[in-house]
Amino acid sequence: MSARQVAEQVLDPELPVLTLADLGVLREVSEVGDRVVVTITPTYSGCPALDEMRSDLHEKLTEAGYRDVEIRTVLHPAWTTDWISDDGLRKLTEHGIAPPSRIGPRAVGPIPLTLEPPKRRVSCPHCGSARTTELSRFGSTACKALRRCEDCREPFEQIKEI
Amino acid sequence: MSFDNAYESLVEGHEEKHWAFGTGFTHALSGVDRAISSTVDRDDLAAYCLMLGDDALVYAQRLAEWCAKAPELEEDVALANIALDLLGQARMLLSRAGEIQGTDEDALAYLRDSSEFRNVHLAEIDCGPGPGGDFATTMARLLVFSAWRLALLHRLTGSADPVLAAVAAKGVKELTYHRDHAAQWVLRLAGGTDYSRERMVAGLAVVWPHLDELFTAHPIEHRLAEAGVAVDPAELRSEVDSVLDTVLGAAGLTRPDVASVPGGGRGGVHTEAMAPLLAEMQVVARALPGGVW
Repeated sequence: MSARQVAEQVLDPELPVLTLADLGVLREVSEVGDRVVVTITPTYSGCPALDEMRSDLHEKLTEAGYRDVEIRTVLHPAWTTDWISDDGLRKLTEHGIAPPSRIGPRAVGPIPLTLEPPKRRVSCPHCGSARTTELSRFGSTACKALRRCEDCREPFEQIKEI
Repeated sequence: MSFDNAYESLVEGHEEKHWAFGTGFTHALSGVDRAISSTVDRDDLAAYCLMLGDDALVYAQRLAEWCAKAPELEEDVALANIALDLLGQARMLLSRAGEIQGTDEDALAYLRDSSEFRNVHLAEIDCGPGPGGDFATTMARLLVFSAWRLALLHRLTGSADPVLAAVAAKGVKELTYHRDHAAQWVLRLAGGTDYSRERMVAGLAVVWPHLDELFTAHPIEHRLAEAGVAVDPAELRSEVDSVLDTVLGAAGLTRPDVASVPGGGRGGVHTEAMAPLLAEMQVVARALPGGVW
Protein backbone atom coordinates (compact mmCIF):
# COMPACT_ATOMS: atom_id res chain seq x y z
CA MET A 1 0.00 0.00 0.00
CA SER A 2 1.20 3.50 -0.73
CA ALA A 3 1.76 5.87 2.19
CA ARG A 4 -1.21 7.88 0.98
CA GLN A 5 -3.48 4.83 1.14
CA VAL A 6 -2.27 4.00 4.65
CA ALA A 7 -2.77 7.58 5.89
CA GLU A 8 -6.19 7.86 4.27
CA GLN A 9 -7.44 4.85 6.21
CA VAL A 10 -6.55 6.21 9.66
CA LEU A 11 -9.75 6.87 11.61
CA ASP A 12 -10.68 10.06 13.40
CA PRO A 13 -10.26 9.41 17.16
CA GLU A 14 -13.47 11.21 18.11
CA LEU A 15 -15.65 10.27 15.13
CA PRO A 16 -14.30 6.81 14.32
CA VAL A 17 -16.86 6.36 11.55
CA LEU A 18 -14.83 8.79 9.47
CA THR A 19 -11.30 8.49 8.18
CA LEU A 20 -8.99 11.49 8.45
CA ALA A 21 -9.40 11.79 4.67
CA ASP A 22 -13.23 11.84 4.97
CA LEU A 23 -13.00 14.54 7.62
CA GLY A 24 -10.79 16.67 5.38
CA VAL A 25 -8.02 17.14 7.93
CA LEU A 26 -5.51 15.12 5.91
CA ARG A 27 -4.06 17.76 3.61
CA GLU A 28 -1.07 16.14 1.95
CA VAL A 29 0.97 12.95 1.86
CA SER A 30 4.31 12.94 0.13
CA GLU A 31 6.58 9.97 -0.18
CA VAL A 32 10.21 9.95 -1.22
CA GLY A 33 11.77 6.52 -0.85
CA ASP A 34 11.31 5.48 2.78
CA ARG A 35 10.52 9.00 3.92
CA VAL A 36 6.91 10.08 4.33
CA VAL A 37 5.69 13.57 5.17
CA VAL A 38 2.04 13.82 6.18
CA THR A 39 0.38 17.20 6.60
CA ILE A 40 -2.75 17.57 8.72
CA THR A 41 -4.81 20.54 9.90
CA PRO A 42 -6.76 20.89 13.16
CA THR A 43 -10.55 21.24 13.07
CA TYR A 44 -10.81 23.64 16.04
CA SER A 45 -8.06 25.54 17.89
CA GLY A 46 -8.64 23.51 21.02
CA CYS A 47 -9.29 20.15 19.38
CA PRO A 48 -7.71 17.64 21.78
CA ALA A 49 -7.80 14.94 19.10
CA LEU A 50 -4.93 16.42 17.09
CA ASP A 51 -2.23 14.71 19.17
CA GLU A 52 -4.06 11.40 18.80
CA MET A 53 -4.30 11.85 15.04
CA ARG A 54 -0.60 12.55 14.89
CA SER A 55 0.36 9.47 16.86
CA ASP A 56 -2.16 7.22 15.02
CA LEU A 57 -0.74 8.31 11.67
CA HIS A 58 2.78 7.70 12.90
CA GLU A 59 1.90 4.26 14.22
CA LYS A 60 0.03 3.05 11.11
CA LEU A 61 2.72 4.26 8.74
CA THR A 62 5.46 2.67 10.84
CA GLU A 63 3.50 -0.60 10.90
CA ALA A 64 3.26 -0.41 7.12
CA GLY A 65 7.04 -0.34 6.95
CA TYR A 66 7.81 3.35 6.61
CA ARG A 67 10.86 4.10 8.74
CA ASP A 68 11.04 7.84 8.45
CA VAL A 69 7.68 9.49 9.13
CA GLU A 70 7.14 13.16 9.76
CA ILE A 71 3.74 14.63 10.65
CA ARG A 72 3.40 18.33 9.90
CA THR A 73 0.56 20.65 10.86
CA VAL A 74 -0.78 23.49 8.78
CA LEU A 75 -3.10 26.11 10.22
CA HIS A 76 -3.80 27.90 6.99
CA PRO A 77 -6.22 27.75 5.29
CA ALA A 78 -8.45 27.04 8.31
CA TRP A 79 -10.47 23.82 8.25
CA THR A 80 -14.09 24.07 7.20
CA THR A 81 -16.85 21.47 7.33
CA ASP A 82 -17.04 21.91 3.55
CA TRP A 83 -13.93 19.72 3.42
CA ILE A 84 -15.80 16.69 4.76
CA SER A 85 -16.15 14.39 1.75
CA ASP A 86 -19.53 13.35 0.29
CA ASP A 87 -18.70 9.86 1.50
CA GLY A 88 -18.06 11.31 4.95
CA LEU A 89 -21.45 13.06 5.00
CA ARG A 90 -23.17 9.79 4.09
CA LYS A 91 -21.29 7.82 6.78
CA LEU A 92 -22.23 10.41 9.44
CA THR A 93 -25.95 10.08 8.62
CA GLU A 94 -25.69 6.29 8.68
CA HIS A 95 -24.26 6.50 12.18
CA GLY A 96 -26.92 8.80 13.57
CA ILE A 97 -25.05 12.09 13.31
CA ALA A 98 -26.62 14.77 11.10
CA PRO A 99 -24.06 16.07 8.62
CA PRO A 100 -23.30 19.77 8.13
CA SER A 101 -24.75 21.67 5.17
CA ARG A 102 -22.35 23.00 2.59
CA ILE A 103 -21.69 26.66 3.36
CA GLY A 104 -19.33 27.86 0.63
CA PRO A 105 -16.78 30.64 1.08
CA ARG A 106 -17.73 33.43 3.46
CA ALA A 107 -18.48 36.81 1.94
CA VAL A 108 -15.84 39.46 2.60
CA GLY A 109 -16.57 42.34 4.97
CA PRO A 110 -17.68 42.46 8.61
CA ILE A 111 -18.85 39.19 10.10
CA PRO A 112 -22.64 39.29 10.45
CA LEU A 113 -24.21 38.96 13.87
CA THR A 114 -26.88 36.26 14.26
CA LEU A 115 -29.46 37.32 16.81
CA GLU A 116 -31.64 34.23 16.63
CA PRO A 117 -30.72 30.60 16.13
CA PRO A 118 -30.57 30.03 12.35
CA LYS A 119 -33.56 28.19 10.92
CA ARG A 120 -31.57 25.53 9.11
CA ARG A 121 -33.30 22.54 7.64
CA VAL A 122 -31.61 19.59 9.29
CA SER A 123 -33.15 16.17 8.79
CA CYS A 124 -33.35 13.68 11.62
CA PRO A 125 -30.73 10.98 11.01
CA HIS A 126 -33.02 8.40 12.68
CA CYS A 127 -36.41 8.88 10.99
CA GLY A 128 -35.64 11.36 8.21
CA SER A 129 -38.14 13.97 9.41
CA ALA A 130 -37.31 17.56 8.55
CA ARG A 131 -39.06 18.81 11.72
CA THR A 132 -36.08 19.16 14.02
CA THR A 133 -35.02 21.90 16.41
CA GLU A 134 -31.70 22.99 17.80
CA LEU A 135 -31.34 22.45 21.55
CA SER A 136 -27.86 23.91 21.78
CA ARG A 137 -25.11 25.11 19.48
CA PHE A 138 -22.71 23.17 21.68
CA GLY A 139 -22.41 19.44 22.19
CA SER A 140 -20.14 16.68 23.40
CA THR A 141 -17.26 17.84 21.21
CA ALA A 142 -16.30 21.22 19.80
CA CYS A 143 -17.62 20.33 16.34
CA LYS A 144 -21.13 19.24 17.30
CA ALA A 145 -24.48 20.88 18.03
CA LEU A 146 -27.37 19.17 19.81
CA ARG A 147 -30.78 18.83 18.15
CA ARG A 148 -34.07 17.01 18.68
CA CYS A 149 -36.52 15.51 16.24
CA GLU A 150 -40.10 16.73 16.73
CA ASP A 151 -41.53 13.56 15.16
CA CYS A 152 -39.60 10.63 16.61
CA ARG A 153 -38.60 12.76 19.64
CA GLU A 154 -35.05 11.41 19.60
CA PRO A 155 -32.21 13.80 20.39
CA PHE A 156 -29.29 13.68 17.98
CA GLU A 157 -26.03 15.41 17.27
CA GLN A 158 -25.15 17.46 14.23
CA ILE A 159 -21.75 18.52 12.95
CA LYS A 160 -22.15 22.30 12.97
CA GLU A 161 -21.07 24.29 9.96
CA ILE A 162 -17.88 26.32 10.24
CA MET B 1 2.67 2.36 45.77
CA SER B 2 0.58 4.56 48.04
CA PHE B 3 0.19 8.29 48.14
CA ASP B 4 -1.26 10.80 50.56
CA ASN B 5 -3.21 12.38 47.76
CA ALA B 6 -4.01 11.66 44.13
CA TYR B 7 -1.66 14.31 42.79
CA GLU B 8 1.43 12.82 44.39
CA SER B 9 1.43 10.05 41.83
CA LEU B 10 2.24 12.72 39.24
CA VAL B 11 5.83 13.07 40.42
CA GLU B 12 6.42 9.38 41.01
CA GLY B 13 8.19 7.72 38.09
CA HIS B 14 7.60 9.01 34.59
CA GLU B 15 7.31 5.67 32.85
CA GLU B 16 3.59 5.52 32.41
CA LYS B 17 1.08 8.18 31.59
CA HIS B 18 -1.12 9.37 34.41
CA TRP B 19 -4.80 10.06 34.51
CA ALA B 20 -4.44 13.79 35.03
CA PHE B 21 -4.78 16.59 32.54
CA GLY B 22 -2.21 17.44 29.95
CA THR B 23 -0.70 13.99 29.57
CA GLY B 24 2.12 14.06 27.08
CA PHE B 25 1.14 17.23 25.25
CA THR B 26 3.27 18.04 22.28
CA HIS B 27 4.12 21.59 21.27
CA ALA B 28 0.84 23.27 20.32
CA LEU B 29 2.39 24.40 17.04
CA SER B 30 4.19 21.13 16.36
CA GLY B 31 4.92 20.74 12.68
CA VAL B 32 3.87 24.30 11.85
CA ASP B 33 6.33 26.50 9.97
CA ARG B 34 7.30 28.97 12.70
CA ALA B 35 9.97 31.01 10.93
CA ILE B 36 9.99 34.68 11.96
CA SER B 37 10.64 37.34 9.38
CA SER B 38 13.92 39.20 9.98
CA THR B 39 12.03 42.47 9.82
CA VAL B 40 9.96 41.60 12.90
CA ASP B 41 11.25 42.40 16.40
CA ARG B 42 11.29 39.01 18.14
CA ASP B 43 10.83 40.36 21.68
CA ASP B 44 7.88 42.48 20.62
CA LEU B 45 6.33 39.53 18.80
CA ALA B 46 6.69 37.32 21.90
CA ALA B 47 5.17 40.04 24.10
CA TYR B 48 2.25 40.47 21.70
CA CYS B 49 1.59 36.72 21.58
CA LEU B 50 1.52 36.78 25.38
CA MET B 51 -1.03 39.60 25.41
CA LEU B 52 -3.46 37.81 23.10
CA GLY B 53 -2.65 34.41 24.62
CA ASP B 54 -3.18 35.62 28.19
CA ASP B 55 -6.54 37.18 27.28
CA ALA B 56 -7.67 33.76 26.05
CA LEU B 57 -6.08 31.71 28.84
CA VAL B 58 -7.34 33.80 31.73
CA TYR B 59 -10.82 34.11 30.26
CA ALA B 60 -10.95 30.37 29.55
CA GLN B 61 -10.21 29.79 33.24
CA ARG B 62 -13.10 32.11 34.20
CA LEU B 63 -15.49 30.35 31.83
CA ALA B 64 -14.48 26.92 33.10
CA GLU B 65 -15.49 27.98 36.61
CA TRP B 66 -19.10 27.82 35.44
CA CYS B 67 -18.90 24.18 34.47
CA ALA B 68 -21.56 22.28 36.50
CA LYS B 69 -22.81 25.59 37.93
CA ALA B 70 -24.61 27.16 34.95
CA PRO B 71 -28.42 27.51 34.99
CA GLU B 72 -28.85 24.51 32.68
CA LEU B 73 -26.80 21.56 31.52
CA GLU B 74 -26.62 22.84 27.93
CA GLU B 75 -25.03 26.01 29.27
CA ASP B 76 -22.38 24.06 31.21
CA VAL B 77 -21.49 22.42 27.91
CA ALA B 78 -21.62 25.69 25.95
CA LEU B 79 -19.35 27.64 28.31
CA ALA B 80 -16.89 24.75 28.57
CA ASN B 81 -16.79 24.51 24.76
CA ILE B 82 -16.14 28.24 24.42
CA ALA B 83 -13.40 27.92 27.05
CA LEU B 84 -11.86 25.04 25.10
CA ASP B 85 -11.71 27.08 21.89
CA LEU B 86 -10.01 29.92 23.77
CA LEU B 87 -7.64 27.55 25.52
CA GLY B 88 -6.62 26.19 22.12
CA GLN B 89 -5.92 29.71 20.89
CA ALA B 90 -3.99 30.41 24.11
CA ARG B 91 -1.84 27.28 23.72
CA MET B 92 -0.75 28.25 20.22
CA LEU B 93 0.01 31.85 21.22
CA LEU B 94 1.81 30.95 24.45
CA SER B 95 3.82 28.27 22.65
CA ARG B 96 4.95 30.82 20.13
CA ALA B 97 5.86 33.34 22.85
CA GLY B 98 7.60 30.60 24.82
CA GLU B 99 9.66 29.44 21.91
CA ILE B 100 10.98 32.95 21.32
CA GLN B 101 11.63 33.53 25.02
CA GLY B 102 13.27 30.15 25.59
CA THR B 103 10.53 28.69 27.75
CA ASP B 104 7.29 26.77 27.09
CA GLU B 105 3.51 27.12 27.33
CA ASP B 106 3.28 25.25 30.65
CA ALA B 107 5.87 27.41 32.38
CA LEU B 108 4.16 30.52 31.04
CA ALA B 109 0.73 29.41 32.18
CA TYR B 110 1.65 27.94 35.55
CA LEU B 111 4.76 29.67 36.80
CA ARG B 112 4.23 33.36 36.14
CA ASP B 113 2.96 35.72 38.82
CA SER B 114 0.14 38.18 38.35
CA SER B 115 2.39 41.08 37.33
CA GLU B 116 3.82 39.00 34.47
CA PHE B 117 0.42 38.37 32.88
CA ARG B 118 -0.55 40.72 30.05
CA ASN B 119 -4.30 40.15 29.74
CA VAL B 120 -6.91 42.91 29.79
CA HIS B 121 -8.95 43.31 32.99
CA LEU B 122 -12.17 42.27 31.27
CA ALA B 123 -10.78 38.72 31.05
CA GLU B 124 -9.99 38.44 34.75
CA ILE B 125 -12.81 40.16 36.67
CA ASP B 126 -14.92 37.79 38.73
CA CYS B 127 -18.48 37.52 37.34
CA GLY B 128 -19.23 34.33 39.22
CA PRO B 129 -20.33 31.63 39.72
CA GLY B 130 -18.92 32.40 43.19
CA PRO B 131 -20.15 35.02 45.66
CA GLY B 132 -21.33 38.19 43.98
CA GLY B 133 -21.26 36.48 40.61
CA ASP B 134 -24.11 36.41 38.18
CA PHE B 135 -25.01 34.60 34.96
CA ALA B 136 -26.30 37.78 33.28
CA THR B 137 -23.01 39.54 34.07
CA THR B 138 -21.21 36.53 32.63
CA MET B 139 -23.18 36.89 29.38
CA ALA B 140 -22.52 40.65 29.30
CA ARG B 141 -18.80 39.93 29.59
CA LEU B 142 -18.95 37.21 26.94
CA LEU B 143 -20.71 39.60 24.56
CA VAL B 144 -18.17 42.39 25.00
CA PHE B 145 -15.12 40.11 25.05
CA SER B 146 -16.11 38.08 22.00
CA ALA B 147 -17.25 41.12 19.98
CA TRP B 148 -13.87 42.75 20.70
CA ARG B 149 -11.72 39.68 20.13
CA LEU B 150 -13.59 38.78 16.95
CA ALA B 151 -12.99 42.26 15.52
CA LEU B 152 -9.34 42.01 16.57
CA LEU B 153 -8.70 38.54 15.14
CA HIS B 154 -10.61 39.37 11.98
CA ARG B 155 -8.13 42.17 11.27
CA LEU B 156 -5.20 40.07 12.42
CA THR B 157 -5.87 37.57 9.61
CA GLY B 158 -3.97 40.11 7.48
CA SER B 159 -0.91 40.07 9.79
CA ALA B 160 2.56 40.04 8.26
CA ASP B 161 3.34 37.17 10.65
CA PRO B 162 1.94 34.01 9.03
CA VAL B 163 1.46 32.13 12.33
CA LEU B 164 -0.51 35.00 13.90
CA ALA B 165 -2.56 35.31 10.72
CA ALA B 166 -3.38 31.59 10.71
CA VAL B 167 -4.18 31.41 14.44
CA ALA B 168 -6.45 34.43 13.93
CA ALA B 169 -8.24 32.91 10.94
CA LYS B 170 -9.15 29.81 12.94
CA GLY B 171 -10.16 31.96 15.90
CA VAL B 172 -12.50 34.08 13.77
CA LYS B 173 -14.69 31.05 13.03
CA GLU B 174 -14.86 30.20 16.73
CA LEU B 175 -15.43 33.73 18.04
CA THR B 176 -18.28 34.18 15.55
CA TYR B 177 -20.46 31.66 17.35
CA HIS B 178 -19.24 32.72 20.81
CA ARG B 179 -20.49 36.23 20.05
CA ASP B 180 -23.79 34.93 18.67
CA HIS B 181 -24.30 32.81 21.77
CA ALA B 182 -23.79 35.80 24.07
CA ALA B 183 -25.98 38.09 21.94
CA GLN B 184 -28.82 35.56 21.98
CA TRP B 185 -28.63 35.28 25.78
CA VAL B 186 -28.64 39.07 26.20
CA LEU B 187 -31.83 39.20 24.11
CA ARG B 188 -33.37 36.33 26.04
CA LEU B 189 -32.63 37.81 29.45
CA ALA B 190 -33.62 41.35 28.46
CA GLY B 191 -36.85 40.08 26.91
CA GLY B 192 -37.73 37.73 29.77
CA THR B 193 -39.21 38.87 33.06
CA ASP B 194 -38.73 42.23 34.76
CA TYR B 195 -36.33 40.45 37.09
CA SER B 196 -34.18 38.89 34.36
CA ARG B 197 -34.10 42.25 32.59
CA GLU B 198 -32.94 44.02 35.74
CA ARG B 199 -30.16 41.46 36.15
CA MET B 200 -29.08 41.97 32.53
CA VAL B 201 -28.99 45.75 32.96
CA ALA B 202 -26.97 45.34 36.16
CA GLY B 203 -24.60 42.89 34.45
CA LEU B 204 -23.83 45.30 31.63
CA ALA B 205 -23.04 47.99 34.19
CA VAL B 206 -20.46 45.69 35.80
CA VAL B 207 -18.48 45.01 32.63
CA TRP B 208 -18.85 48.38 30.89
CA PRO B 209 -16.23 50.26 32.98
CA HIS B 210 -13.62 47.87 31.50
CA LEU B 211 -14.48 48.73 27.89
CA ASP B 212 -12.02 51.59 27.37
CA GLU B 213 -8.99 49.45 28.21
CA LEU B 214 -9.80 47.18 25.26
CA PHE B 215 -9.13 50.01 22.83
CA THR B 216 -6.01 51.44 24.48
CA ALA B 217 -2.83 50.46 22.65
CA HIS B 218 0.29 49.43 24.57
CA PRO B 219 3.53 50.78 23.00
CA ILE B 220 4.35 47.24 21.78
CA GLU B 221 0.99 47.01 20.01
CA HIS B 222 1.69 50.39 18.44
CA ARG B 223 5.11 49.38 17.16
CA LEU B 224 3.95 46.04 15.81
CA ALA B 225 0.87 47.58 14.22
CA GLU B 226 3.14 49.94 12.32
CA ALA B 227 5.12 46.92 11.13
CA GLY B 228 1.87 45.30 9.90
CA VAL B 229 2.16 42.47 12.43
CA ALA B 230 -0.35 43.55 15.09
CA VAL B 231 -3.67 45.34 15.17
CA ASP B 232 -3.94 48.75 16.80
CA PRO B 233 -6.89 48.18 19.17
CA ALA B 234 -7.99 51.80 18.86
CA GLU B 235 -9.06 51.00 15.30
CA LEU B 236 -11.55 48.41 16.55
CA ARG B 237 -13.70 50.81 18.52
CA SER B 238 -16.28 51.81 15.94
CA GLU B 239 -16.83 48.25 14.73
CA VAL B 240 -17.23 46.89 18.27
CA ASP B 241 -19.46 49.80 19.30
CA SER B 242 -21.71 49.16 16.35
CA VAL B 243 -22.05 45.44 17.18
CA LEU B 244 -22.81 46.22 20.83
CA ASP B 245 -25.33 48.90 19.86
CA THR B 246 -27.05 46.44 17.50
CA VAL B 247 -27.43 43.86 20.25
CA LEU B 248 -28.51 46.40 22.88
CA GLY B 249 -30.94 47.96 20.40
CA ALA B 250 -32.52 44.59 19.59
CA ALA B 251 -32.79 43.90 23.32
CA GLY B 252 -34.39 47.30 23.99
CA LEU B 253 -31.48 48.27 26.25
CA THR B 254 -29.21 51.28 26.32
CA ARG B 255 -25.53 51.63 27.09
CA PRO B 256 -24.89 51.76 30.83
CA ASP B 257 -24.09 55.24 32.07
CA VAL B 258 -21.04 54.31 34.12
CA ALA B 259 -17.56 55.76 34.45
CA SER B 260 -14.54 53.98 33.07
CA VAL B 261 -12.01 52.41 35.45
CA PRO B 262 -8.24 52.46 34.87
CA GLY B 263 -6.84 49.54 32.87
CA GLY B 264 -3.23 48.51 32.75
CA GLY B 265 -3.44 44.76 32.18
CA ARG B 266 -1.18 44.97 29.11
CA GLY B 267 1.50 46.43 31.40
CA GLY B 268 1.08 43.78 34.10
CA VAL B 269 -1.16 45.80 36.43
CA HIS B 270 -4.13 43.70 37.47
CA THR B 271 -7.27 43.84 39.61
CA GLU B 272 -7.59 42.12 42.96
CA ALA B 273 -9.47 39.30 41.22
CA MET B 274 -6.34 38.11 39.43
CA ALA B 275 -4.38 36.57 42.31
CA PRO B 276 -7.13 34.17 43.46
CA LEU B 277 -7.73 33.16 39.82
CA LEU B 278 -4.07 32.29 39.34
CA ALA B 279 -3.89 30.55 42.72
CA GLU B 280 -6.55 28.11 41.56
CA MET B 281 -5.24 27.71 38.02
CA GLN B 282 -1.64 27.13 39.09
CA VAL B 283 -2.01 25.23 42.37
CA VAL B 284 -1.18 21.72 41.17
CA ALA B 285 1.77 22.75 39.03
CA ARG B 286 3.22 24.84 41.86
CA ALA B 287 2.57 22.30 44.60
CA LEU B 288 4.37 19.58 42.66
CA PRO B 289 7.26 21.23 40.82
CA GLY B 290 8.55 19.03 38.03
CA GLY B 291 5.44 16.84 38.09
CA VAL B 292 4.69 15.33 34.71
CA TRP B 293 1.13 14.67 33.69
